[in-house]
Amino acid sequence: MSKTQAPTGKNTLRTSPDDEGHFGIFGGRFVAETLMPLILDVEKAYFAAKSDPEFAKAITYYFNQYVGRPSPLYFAERLTNHLATPDGGAKIYLKREDLNHTGAHKINNCIGQILLAKRMGKGRIIAETGAGQHGVATATVCALFNIPCTIYMGSKDIERQAPNVFRMEMLGAIVKPVTVGSNSLKDAMNEAMRDWVANVENTYYLIGTAAGPHPYPEMVRDFQCVIGDEVRTQVIEAEGRLPDTLVACIGGGSNALGLFHPFLDDGDVQMIAVEAAGRGIETGLHAASLSAGRPGVLHGNRTYLLQDDEGQIKEAHSVSAGLDYPGIGPEHSWLHDIDRVQYVSITDDEAVAAFKLLTKLEGIIPALESSHAIAYVEKLAPTLAKENIIVINLSGRGDKDIATVAAYGDDK
Amino acid sequence: MSVNFETRIDAKFRDLKSQGRAGFVTFITAGDPDLETSIQILKGLPDAGADIIELGMPFSDPMADGPAIQAASVRALANGQTMAKTLSMVADFRMFDNTTPIVLMGYYNPIYIYGVEKFLADAKKAGVDGLIIVDLPPEEEAELCLPAIDAEINFIYLTAPTTTDERLPVVLKNASGFVYYVSITGITGTAKASADDVEQSLNRIRKFTDLPIAVGFGISTPDDVADLSTIADGVVVGSALIKQIEAGLDNGGNVGPNAVKDVLSLVSKLASGVKK
Repeated sequence: MSKTQAPTGKNTLRTSPDDEGHFGIFGGRFVAETLMPLILDVEKAYFAAKSDPEFAKAITYYFNQYVGRPSPLYFAERLTNHLATPDGGAKIYLKREDLNHTGAHKINNCIGQILLAKRMGKGRIIAETGAGQHGVATATVCALFNIPCTIYMGSKDIERQAPNVFRMEMLGAIVKPVTVGSNSLKDAMNEAMRDWVANVENTYYLIGTAAGPHPYPEMVRDFQCVIGDEVRTQVIEAEGRLPDTLVACIGGGSNALGLFHPFLDDGDVQMIAVEAAGRGIETGLHAASLSAGRPGVLHGNRTYLLQDDEGQIKEAHSVSAGLDYPGIGPEHSWLHDIDRVQYVSITDDEAVAAFKLLTKLEGIIPALESSHAIAYVEKLAPTLAKENIIVINLSGRGDKDIATVAAYGDDK
Repeated sequence: MSVNFETRIDAKFRDLKSQGRAGFVTFITAGDPDLETSIQILKGLPDAGADIIELGMPFSDPMADGPAIQAASVRALANGQTMAKTLSMVADFRMFDNTTPIVLMGYYNPIYIYGVEKFLADAKKAGVDGLIIVDLPPEEEAELCLPAIDAEINFIYLTAPTTTDERLPVVLKNASGFVYYVSITGITGTAKASADDVEQSLNRIRKFTDLPIAVGFGISTPDDVADLSTIADGVVVGSALIKQIEAGLDNGGNVGPNAVKDVLSLVSKLASGVKK
């Protein structure tokens, strides 16, 4: 048989990763031996659950009854008019993940993983959090299912996301401040992994983004695909056709993958992911792993990382705690290298301005993370034709960021 | 892949066997607290009683390490340690000691960025005998394990209490030099396993391999070393030495006059545990 024989069935970008968790050269399972048997258990349990209709039924139940899905696809008329030009402008829709219970897309993944942890009989949950949205979502599902949880959070993030820390504690979580390294998300992930190694028997690590060792990138993506699946139905209902452009912010990249993945095989749908350029790529103070990083191995996977010439990981910077991570999910690295998704970046200044703009125009306070996507559309929409349909993933609400935005500019 | 070469590790374990005792294995981080002090400690280790030396390659994100070894990486990197300097430390050491095995230990990314092929060539040339890479399980053997064997460097696998009988053959398939048994489920320098538990685990692993087995994680006193030396082929101490290095620094992080001497005398005390 010829090695070049085409696979049966149609060509698709939706079948990755392979059995070892590789998206092209990215992904994999780069973890200590102590954790490896556990990772294999999670994989086995996840694939068994994935083919069990009861598991899907339970997820749908909680999505509809608890999270409040489907989230609306809202036509942002005033933003559309604001960005219209005499011969351009595009029609802008917002996918309202900010209206989910707990205020962000993070809950989608937490519902899926907590149901998996329950199936696996795990009695304790750990998680890392940056902005605190994943921590809040984790603490919420742990309250719902009465499972104790510990959340690792960088001390820098605890300071700038105080309302979320209070929420997690109210929900019964133990929030452990991390004071090593850069005191932010990557260090919280290191500490969570150290906890996991020490408590392998009863503990489930509920990773918050589409990164980490296989099967996490695939599993988290699968749970977030509800976003794109709903958009497909909603946009066809509203416009009778698929959108032209999808825009989402990326830190680890789970909200972007959730929106993009169901459209990967629709060649006419353009996808743009917006990284955090912080104070500007040229200053070195940013979190733009794809724009300014290179492939390396960290936190269980090979992916683009911000690192120096010695392979030491650099600290990331973003005004938005949720994007303040020096890596990105491995599937994004692959989609970047095969040119299926376009990766751009937006600075702190631009994101804060977009935060204020959307609040004033639409009465919707977006998360600083999602504000990066809005800021990019401010630049993009005026260059497009009026009939162009853009869907922005409004991945979270911005109540948590009000103090940061109010103080912004004072300490620069 | 068959391992049909011999390193200083194989020779050392044969020698230890003829002496009828376990080997004492020391871990220090290369460049901690600075290059000069680290070289002095490294050169003093064999005379102080180290049979095998594990030299840590510092990394910004040492996920399997406790606070002591994390801090060692921070100190070394802050003082400008690089992979090239770590390899030159080994070459320097080999000028006057051509028998004590050196195993480089750390995480994959600094090697990946240095370049696997260049790293293996430079490591072999410098006199490195083995590698322990925490985040390269057998599932990722194509990355470095198989190329290392081609370069005639032992790739030493970690086994843990969580490594089941079903999994041991997978882990040990390409293992050579020795097997490193992580005695606790946890990070370095924290909890301590009971000798009984370790013995049971080693008996379990020995059903699958004839390689020598060294035990590490949480071993910090001469008594710990003595207890384990009766059941293991090698006993590893790391965090306790690193803590002594840290204790030799003043508040400003400067190296005190007795820093090197104090570390080496601790090595001697600990090494007495394998010679009882």
